[in-house]
Amino acid sequence: MAAKSKNWQYFLGPLSKDNPVLVQILGICSALAVTAQLKPAFVMAASVMVVTAFANLIMSALRKGVPGRIRIIVQLVVIAFLVILVDQVLKAFVYDVSKQLSVYVGLIITNCILMGRVEAFALGHRPWPSFVDGLANGVGYGIILVVLGFVRELFGSGSLWGLRVIPEAWYVHSGGFYANNGLMMLPPMALILVGLIIWVHRGSNKDLIEK
Amino acid sequence: MIGRLLRSVVDRVKPPFEKGGRLGWLHSTFDAFETFLFVPDTVTKGGAHIRDAVDLKRTIFMVVVALVPALLFGMYNVGYQHFLAVGQVSDWWGCFVYGFVRVLPLILVSYIVGLGIEFAFAQKRGHEVNEGFLATGLLIPLIMPIDVPLWMVALATAFAVIIGKEVFGGTGMNVFNPALLARAFVFFSYTSFISGDRVWVRGLGKGGEYVDGFSGATPLSFLGEGSIGRFDLWDTVLGTVPGSIGETSVIAIAIGAAILLFTGVASWRVMGSVFAGGLAMGLVFNLVGGSPIMEVPFWMHPLLGGFAFGAVFMATDPVTAAQTNVGKLIVGFLIGVLCVLIRVVNPGYPEGMMLAILFMNAMAPLVDHYVVAANIRRRARR
Repeated sequence: MAAKSKNWQYFLGPLSKDNPVLVQILGICSALAVTAQLKPAFVMAASVMVVTAFANLIMSALRKGVPGRIRIIVQLVVIAFLVILVDQVLKAFVYDVSKQLSVYVGLIITNCILMGRVEAFALGHRPWPSFVDGLANGVGYGIILVVLGFVRELFGSGSLWGLRVIPEAWYVHSGGFYANNGLMMLPPMALILVGLIIWVHRGSNKDLIEK
Repeated sequence: MIGRLLRSVVDRVKPPFEKGGRLGWLHSTFDAFETFLFVPDTVTKGGAHIRDAVDLKRTIFMVVVALVPALLFGMYNVGYQHFLAVGQVSDWWGCFVYGFVRVLPLILVSYIVGLGIEFAFAQKRGHEVNEGFLATGLLIPLIMPIDVPLWMVALATAFAVIIGKEVFGGTGMNVFNPALLARAFVFFSYTSFISGDRVWVRGLGKGGEYVDGFSGATPLSFLGEGSIGRFDLWDTVLGTVPGSIGETSVIAIAIGAAILLFTGVASWRVMGSVFAGGLAMGLVFNLVGGSPIMEVPFWMHPLLGGFAFGAVFMATDPVTAAQTNVGKLIVGFLIGVLCVLIRVVNPGYPEGMMLAILFMNAMAPLVDHYVVAANIRRRARR
């Protein structure tokens, strides 16, 4: 029972109090790059989730057999293997999204969350808690991505998941008053949005505020 | 007489607003209005202080006064351009009333949204309402095209106040000029509403009935051909050309500049060096030559677009400009240089003033740092 609740904590931590994007400030680059629309953001979130979970699992299982001196290169091989796997799956089943994500799937390898969690957690814990931790960090990262994708696509393109949400008749060119916010489509606005989310998050978690 | 009456009224309603009073939570709101009406009688204790009767509220008020000529002329010009476009004849009073009715909503929206947010933040954080927004709220409409939708002004104002000011800690702590940030927000969010040939004259973008062949293009947009289009130079000095509401008249801006310089509110170092920088860069392009836009006479740049307005009212913002005297000269000069550089080299941005000032706002602390460091080095050698 005790072990179970501990795993539960490993899972809950990264969702809010220890969120990789909001608190650890990791993975910002891809959070800005792929969130112009909801669909790629969601696919990216799912991909990272799978990779972090299994990278943690595999490295944790190997942790006793890998000499400390070469552990980084082993981690890279494992992560690269997983990323290529995910990339191939995306190309096979959701080709259009894969095209949109372009290099960013490959760049999951360089996502700081991965190496960070493997180094900080998987090398010191048993496989199952490591898997939970990796999964939770992926989910924590994914939540932010989906929120960003939601806001940016809604106000930037007036659609969600590629479907029109804001009626065509509202737009200026068809006699309405509304216009899409072009700034939302640019990465700088995504950074501002991340900042606003962090602001609200710190506001409700006073203990996270730095001195 | 009226002053004393007002004083007694204020004193009578004051008690519940004191800290700990029944309406104590509204303290900062009340305080804002009281100090708006009367110079506060609080004195600083201890330490050395420069004594000056002019507090922030009066300083900012001088800026508002200095903006009035540009504002009034802007209103007149809105009407003038409109009647020109539809081919009607109207006297100057008709033009002014037409413009007044069109410009007033922009000003109201900017003030209501901006002050609303400022009061809310002051209330929440328990500090006083600062008056920086009195100037910002008037600057925002003056640098917008007349046809910009009101909800965009509201959104841009909210963005500027929250992202540009409150997250940095409020008035006096902001890195960027809030009014320009509002314009940059509209520029990058709703580009088609703040650039092109159709937004600068009221009603032109709506497909209304206007005289055949009338173009709402600004003088600046012809610069690529090395001319200022159908306008002559006197128009651009007087200000009877399409453009953002307050920026067209060099004369009205010059009156404002005189007020600011005479009262010492704005720094002559910044203002002067912006013009110097613009002229110098224009001269360099003249000497290099090569394309029509490079051969535009260098003395024309300050007369066009938002150059004069930016130099007088935006670059001189004491918060976002450099703090050292040498730094002010450097930053001002580079603003002028960058503005002309952007105008001439990048056809995507016909007006470079906004971007030039925002960029140098970001660089000002760096310039200050090196000015101070150089000073320390020089004195250490002595």
